[in-house]
This record gives sequence, structure tokens and C-alpha cells, in this order.
Amino acid sequence: MAPPAAIVGIGQTRFAKHLGISEAQVAAEAIHAALADAGLAPRDVDGLCLFDIESNTVGDVAAMLGLGDVRFFSTHSHGGGSYCAVVRSAATALAAGHASVVVAFRARNRGRRSSFGKGYTEGGRPWEKIAPRIAGFYQWQVPFGLVSPVQEMALIARRHMLDHGTTEDHLGEVAVAMRHHATRNPNALMREPMTLADHRASRFVAEPLRLLDCCLETDGGCAIVLASRERARDTARRPVWILGSAQTNGPAHHHPHDWFAYERRRWVTEAAARLWGEAGVRPSDVDAAMFYDHFTPMVLLALEDWGFCGHGESGGFVAGGGIRWPDGRLPVNTHGGQLSEAFIHGFNNWTEAVRQLRGTSTAQVPDAELVLVAAASSDPYGAVLLAR
Amino acid sequence: MADVLPPLPQPNPDTQEFWDGCRRHELRLQRCDDCGTARFSPRPACPRCASLRHTWFTAAGRGTVYSWTIVHAPTLPAFAARVPYAMALVELEEGPFLVGQLRDCEPAKIRAGLRVAVRFEDVAEDVALPHWRPA
Repeated sequence: MAPPAAIVGIGQTRFAKHLGISEAQVAAEAIHAALADAGLAPRDVDGLCLFDIESNTVGDVAAMLGLGDVRFFSTHSHGGGSYCAVVRSAATALAAGHASVVVAFRARNRGRRSSFGKGYTEGGRPWEKIAPRIAGFYQWQVPFGLVSPVQEMALIARRHMLDHGTTEDHLGEVAVAMRHHATRNPNALMREPMTLADHRASRFVAEPLRLLDCCLETDGGCAIVLASRERARDTARRPVWILGSAQTNGPAHHHPHDWFAYERRRWVTEAAARLWGEAGVRPSDVDAAMFYDHFTPMVLLALEDWGFCGHGESGGFVAGGGIRWPDGRLPVNTHGGQLSEAFIHGFNNWTEAVRQLRGTSTAQVPDAELVLVAAASSDPYGAVLLAR
Repeated sequence: MADVLPPLPQPNPDTQEFWDGCRRHELRLQRCDDCGTARFSPRPACPRCASLRHTWFTAAGRGTVYSWTIVHAPTLPAFAARVPYAMALVELEEGPFLVGQLRDCEPAKIRAGLRVAVRFEDVAEDVALPHWRPA
């Protein structure tokens, strides 16, 4: 089956702890850069895909940038769990002929100093802005004292350690590998080399997770431009094709009480089988992977979920440099990821995946042809396989 | 009562019985009338068989620690005085999982399978919150 769509442009803003600009401007700058990269004008855009946990809306962005007739738009929930769903949605619309050029983006103003408003979408840490009375799923966590994502991930990580013998050094190796990549990346916020000893010496945030197991609070944005198969052939760049994709939810979300209760493993295993089946390739064919690394344990889960190693074997996979560029079995997050480049809710994984396939990464895998991008395995989940 | 209240639940028709039970210091859960699966969190339909028929019952309030974390930071003002505190994911005897603080237990003594029992703390006029301690 011919790929239905391609990424033809990438753009990003400066990344910083505090940019001092609005979330609308973050979006505008990222989209401008992506369209310029693609050699397209705002008027060429007829599709728009974004997240629901930012203050920008379809209407605002279309009006702000003077886009064309936006005849396809979608807004996605679940943040890092669905940054692949955002792109899959765009690709699906392009394959169906519902649009010819789709912009997908993420704009973040989440640093404490960038917290312009009190609303959930207006910057700052969502769990710090929770209402005095909670009606949603947080009522089953926050009143009891489980208030932030790192604490949820700590529960998942601890169980992985209990079941599989995963160690704190396995988590540390994920952080060290990401930092190793970031040292080469001038856009990365954290470029000081890091060792396992540095990881062990960093303070606990939510045991077993330490400060260096956590991503960076970042202001910044990334945008990509997708085009239909026909349209992609006459844009400025060599297209990066959407070779396959999958999503899964099952009956679970990221509440810890559901995450362990409903055979999550079965759902993600079936999603992985759909992905590889659709693309007609195997995990061993992949040259590099961009995994959602808001916390180090999620990289371990992604390696297992998408079939790069067996269940419970990810600790051994990463030990000794298994995910490090250039010599690892599978270089992961060659830009430094959310842990060391910037936390753009995974969208900087798209820009890096495209750079790998264009041959322009600062940690370039020679002749990279296939890159897997996967979402946050703690949430409704998915992955997209990109090909040169 | 705590000086600074944590965010408190806003019950709705699906969840009212659970929170009313907490006020009576009872752990109220739903059980599917068709397949018998006990579930948490409260919801109108069974995640196993989709049945809309269920019955509320009072759980034994006992379970085992499935996973846990020791929270250092960040947290909310209501919990700041407790740092570091243990949060446990508890597997109830009836099957479902709940999260809750694990109190009266040295962190070094927490392990998977530790038997725990629920306790309730009245934190506001209309709200009591469950937590856990070794059984």
C-alpha cells in the first residue's frame, strides 16, 4: 500500500524555561517556520490538527495566520499519549482527500513564570491549578495525595522493577543516553554531560524516580506540515512518508487504578502487531526511535511495547548503551528527548525523526531509512512509523 | 482537620455513593450484576461485560500493596507537611485497585504484598478521605 501522506516541513521556536511570549505567538512562530521549511504559504493550508491542553484553538490559529479554507480540523486529548494520534489524524484526512496540506503543532507555555492565566489550558502545571472540588478522574488521586504525573509514573516504574528486576541504573541509563545525545544538539536545554553517578546522586522526587528521571518544564513549540501523496511530490523538501501507524486505548487510561487492572499488555501488543503488519517491516528494520520520555521508565515500556525486546527485558536492552547513538542497538531520541532537549509534549520527537530521515540530525544514524515515533505508554497510546 | 484542605471530590450521580460511604467510614464499591466483576472507579457500566446493571456493596477494606512511591516533591500545600509520604497502589481483596496514602509504616518496611487495611479521616464537614495502614 502506498503511503497516504508525508511530512514535508518542520519548524520550531527557541526552547527555554521562560520565553516570555504568549502561547499564540509560540504557535505562530513554529507554524511559520514549518511552512517556510516546506516552501508553502499559509494560504496553502487546508487542515489543522492540535491538542486540547493548550490555549490555542483551530479558529484562533486559522485567523491569526490567514490560513486557507481549513476543511479538515481535529483537536486531540491526552497530551503525550496522543501526539502520535494528532499526526495519524492528519495522515488519515490526507489519505481520504479531506485536505491536501495539514499543519500539526504543539505550543507550550508551561514554565511557572509563563503561567499567564488560571485556566487548565493557560500554562503552568495543571495539577497545581486543580479546582477546590474535583469532578473528573483526578478525584480518585489528588485528594489522597497522588498529585503529579511523576508520582503516577513512579508507581508504574516500581512495579516494573518488582516484576522484572529492573534497576535504578537501568532508569539512569535512559537519562544518560538522552543527555549524551543532547550534548551534540545546540537546541537542547541540558547539554552538560551526565553519568550514572550523577543520576544516582540526584535527589528523589517520587521514589524510585529522581530528578534526573524527569523531563524539563519548557516553553516552546514545534510544528510539522503534512501533505497528501500527490501534493508531497512537488514541495521543497524530500518527503518523509507515513509508512504505518497504530492507536490503542483498551478500557484503561492513565489512572493507576485502571492501568494495572485491565490487561494493558494485550492491547498494546495487538496495536504493535497492527503497526508492523500495516507497514510490512519488523522492529529490527528500524534505524532509530523517538519515544515519549517525560520520565525515564516510559522509554523502557516503549521498547517492550513495540517489540524491540521481550516483556520485562528492556532493562537489559538499555544497559551498557543499548539506546545510545552511534553504537547502540537502537539509538533512541537522538536529539536528547524530553529529558534533555526540551519538553514539547513529544512534538520535538517529530522534528528530530524528520531530521534523521533527511540526514541532518546532530546525532545522525548513517543512511537512516526507518524511524519509529511512539507516544506516552501511560496513556491512550500509539505510534507512527516514518520512512525516507 | 488539616489546616490546608486538599482538593476535595465533587460527587455526581455516578460517584455519590462512594463518597457518602467514605463519610460513614465504609468503602463502597460497585459489583456487576451480570458478570460479578467488582470495579473501581465508580461508573455506569461494567468494563468487562458492559452491563448497565450493578449493585453497591461495602468492601472488606483490606488489600495488599501492589506498588508504591515515596513522595518527596512536588506536592500540594495540603500534603507538604507530610513529605516524605508513601502513596500505595492497593489491590483490594475484591479485585479492584485504589491509590491512597500508606501511613504508620516505615518506608523501608513497605513491600509488594504487604497487607493493608483502610482507615478514614474526616477532612471537611462533608468529606472523609480513605488512607491505608498495615493490617
